[in-house]
Amino acid sequence: MPLRMIPGIFLALALLAVQPLLHAETAEQKGRAIAAESIARDSGWGDMEADMQMILRNQQGEESLREIRMQSLEQANDGDKSLTVFDKPLDVNGTAFLSFSHALGADDQWLYLPALKRVKRISSRNKSGPFMGSEFAYEDLSSFEIEKYNYKYLRDEQISGVDCFVVEQYPVDKNSGYTRRVVWNDKAEYRVQRIEFYDRKNSLLKTLDYSGYRQYLGKYWRPDRMDVVNHQTGKSTELRWTNYRFGNGLSDADFNKNSLKRAR
Amino acid sequence: MHQKLTQFILKHPVRVIVATLLLVALAVPGAQHLVFKSDYRVFFGQDNPQLNAYEAIQRIYSKSDNVAFVIAPKDGRVFTARRLEAIRKLTEDSWQIPYSTRVDSITNYQYSYADGDELIVEDLALEPRAMDAAALERVREIAVNEPLLRNKLISPRAHVTVVNTTVQLPGIYPVQEVPEVAAKVHELRDQFVALNPDLTVHLSGLVMMNNSFAEASLNDSATLVPVMFLIVILTIGLLLRTITGTLSTVLVILFSIAVTMGIAGWTGFYLTGPSASAPTMILTLAVADCIHILTTLFHEMRQGVEKRQAILDSLRINYQPIFLTSITTAIGFLSMNFSDSPPFRDLGNLVALGVMLAFVFSVTLFPALLALLPLKVKPHRARGDRMLHFADFVVRGRRWLLPATSLVMLSVMLFLPQNQLNDDFVKYFDTSVPFRQATDFMQENISGMTTMEISIDSGESGGINNPAFLRKLEQLSSWLRAQPETDHVNTLSDTLKRLNRNMHGDDPTWYRLPDSRQLAAQYLLLYEMSLPYGLDLNNQLNVDKSSTRLVATFENLTSNGQIELEQRIRHWLELNLPEYRVDIASPSLMFAHIGQRNIQSMLLGVTVALVLISLLLGIALRSVRFGLISLLPNLTPAAVGFGAWYFIDGQVGLALSVVAGMTLGIVVDDTVHFLSKYLRARRERNANPHEAVRYAFSSVGRALWITTLVLVCGFMVLAQSTFKLNADMGLLTALTILIALAIDFLFLPPLLMKLDTHPLTTKGAIEHEEAKNAA
Repeated sequence: MPLRMIPGIFLALALLAVQPLLHAETAEQKGRAIAAESIARDSGWGDMEADMQMILRNQQGEESLREIRMQSLEQANDGDKSLTVFDKPLDVNGTAFLSFSHALGADDQWLYLPALKRVKRISSRNKSGPFMGSEFAYEDLSSFEIEKYNYKYLRDEQISGVDCFVVEQYPVDKNSGYTRRVVWNDKAEYRVQRIEFYDRKNSLLKTLDYSGYRQYLGKYWRPDRMDVVNHQTGKSTELRWTNYRFGNGLSDADFNKNSLKRAR
Repeated sequence: MHQKLTQFILKHPVRVIVATLLLVALAVPGAQHLVFKSDYRVFFGQDNPQLNAYEAIQRIYSKSDNVAFVIAPKDGRVFTARRLEAIRKLTEDSWQIPYSTRVDSITNYQYSYADGDELIVEDLALEPRAMDAAALERVREIAVNEPLLRNKLISPRAHVTVVNTTVQLPGIYPVQEVPEVAAKVHELRDQFVALNPDLTVHLSGLVMMNNSFAEASLNDSATLVPVMFLIVILTIGLLLRTITGTLSTVLVILFSIAVTMGIAGWTGFYLTGPSASAPTMILTLAVADCIHILTTLFHEMRQGVEKRQAILDSLRINYQPIFLTSITTAIGFLSMNFSDSPPFRDLGNLVALGVMLAFVFSVTLFPALLALLPLKVKPHRARGDRMLHFADFVVRGRRWLLPATSLVMLSVMLFLPQNQLNDDFVKYFDTSVPFRQATDFMQENISGMTTMEISIDSGESGGINNPAFLRKLEQLSSWLRAQPETDHVNTLSDTLKRLNRNMHGDDPTWYRLPDSRQLAAQYLLLYEMSLPYGLDLNNQLNVDKSSTRLVATFENLTSNGQIELEQRIRHWLELNLPEYRVDIASPSLMFAHIGQRNIQSMLLGVTVALVLISLLLGIALRSVRFGLISLLPNLTPAAVGFGAWYFIDGQVGLALSVVAGMTLGIVVDDTVHFLSKYLRARRERNANPHEAVRYAFSSVGRALWITTLVLVCGFMVLAQSTFKLNADMGLLTALTILIALAIDFLFLPPLLMKLDTHPLTTKGAIEHEEAKNAA
């Protein structure tokens, strides 16, 4: 064996020895990097409006419809601000919900009740309960911030022919209803394709599938449909998005208690 | 035909034994597929209306199988910082119970209150360790006055509290799921008790009940079956004084049970509380065949007949009667197929199979073993004498015995209708079972386990927000609370009243229903957004908010009490809520109705069995007349048994409703043996009725009382079960069999002597006359 090859062999051996270590570190880092990239690709949209339909189903085959309009305002260093107006069921028509979401800690929330003609501030640590009786928790629908989770890259996997990264996310908020979420981001655009939610005892609770992605402003991807199935109760909710509109010129002034009363 | 078979067996005993062992080896591995289904739902057939009503409610809302930790501080004080912290911790840990979907306790109760224009929703005791005396007192005050908690999660005196976990069993592996939950619950309980020795914890709830079904049956098979074997060995050993006979009998029994359970496993049976008692019953019933064969065999051998010939003779004489008695016993058990409750159908089929296998082994394996093994006869003692003395007594006393026994039977039977119908599933377990203790403790200190789920459909989307609907719901809730049996009512109307008060600055005068449907809907929207995972309203509201589920908890009631209460509720609903569709269902109600349903279906089953058995008897006895006479001693034991039951327990239910059919097949055996010997004497020996009765007593009297003794012992062993369903079944069966023997010995012979006055055959009569003349 020529002498000059020896350092090369040592280097190779050293790399081999270090590599598992590097690998162990990168599972967390890689997971976080994937999440960061998906956030990065979806930042800068400013404001957005969209309409949403929710169809709730139970095991008995009963169905129920909800209709909502949403406005969101992107925030640079915090969770987004959002204003939600309820159209259906008719009994809650005109009810409006204002939320300043925060990466950590309780969100600021206000609700305008037209029947009472008053704005009520909701003080609750809870974001894990069902949103309007659906299989979505409020925490599933609020804006995705990097600080909300710890991450671990699991593997690459194809779902429905799309190459994805699979990353495990562990909620930081101890009031979360989940121990972990397993998220599939497609490799091409870093869009969320699927999320599996594991409950407090780490059993699979529900699966959320995203479909019908469309690109807006030549950059931002939004799904037309989100389907969630609760594996424990057999109930499911279908979410249909329509009328995505960007660049509506919304500002902080459109997201306060006064705008809440005017919302309808 | 069968004699040739017996001759073949005696010629090739080893072949028969090897063939039997081969069959056993083939069948037995099937037993490993036998698994215990610990789910109270197995008691109900798929078309049971109460089960279907309950499952429909569960599909609309959510399942409500639960585990309840009943926590009692030894000094009676729940509201101390340390104890609340222990309860908070247990509440948090209970989320780790497999399949849990919801945990309710006084600490995580979502307490809502107002602060200016702010609605605050938070755990009632979020950080107990930080609470001072004033805060503790405030929380106690809130808890004991909150209608959602009082008498459900906290006793009014605040001395006992409950942490209730709702589990949603997927039902995919029912065999594993319940034990899995129970194991975790026991682990949590042990941890909790270790850390808090000053608190006692009881475990109740439907899941714990399900688990107790399995545990009670396992205990039974570990204790009762060995005791039963011991009794069989002792009885045969002591009474017939034969080691070979005892050993061979035990083998016949063992193989009958093993092959039955093996076949059950191969054919996809599963075990349940009642069907798990099949081995004990087969064990008891299989003995009789062998005893009859052995008794005749020894009788022959004592008279100097050589062993092989004695075996041949014994089988020749006994073949028909034991075949007949096996068939009738099997028919009696098969009548359980009419039962509404699948576990009893399974029990009937398994025992019927076991009894027929026991017959097959008794006429094949048994003679083969007897032929191979050494068999000695102890010198004859005048044993038959005692039976003859008894026969003389019966013949002499026939004139007063007939009216006296009839009178006793009739007067006991009069009490039959006095029995109360009751299937209180809590009382399916005796007081030594922890679940029963826990549930009794809960009943005494906080609430019963009888629930009724009342689903009210407004008929319109979002209709539960309609003030008219809410007012009716409130009326129903108040009316229910006014019923003497009621412990607790969980109703949406309370939540809305509380929210209305919260929205008006917690002003108590606003503790009333919102007066517009928009307001109610908006309150609920607001409230739902504030609730955490697992504590939502989805268990009270359907997705369309068109119907709501009210859950009422009552003290533990008898079935009749529950059915009466259910009717009272339905009547009230008809008068006051005729405009809404209402469904009422619950596990308690399912059990409340099953006794009655089962008795109705079993009446048909018993009738069919009776017709079949009587036909068989008529054919076997070759006489319509004696077939009809046999009806009396066959039917009366069960009637007298149920009459006597009034004095023992007085409550009949699911388990006892099958006893009549089951015992019919067994008590027939005595009648068959007695009548066939009586007729043999009358027909073949031309005896008059008096002599025929003597003959019958001397030839089968001994075998009859020995088999009866074994049967009574066997069913009395079953009566020791901690699973009261099996225990009652055992006790009443034992009683009925004993009564049947008394009737066959004291009532039937005088009856025969009274009715059987005509000569049986002219030829016989003439011969009889001739014999007399000759003498």
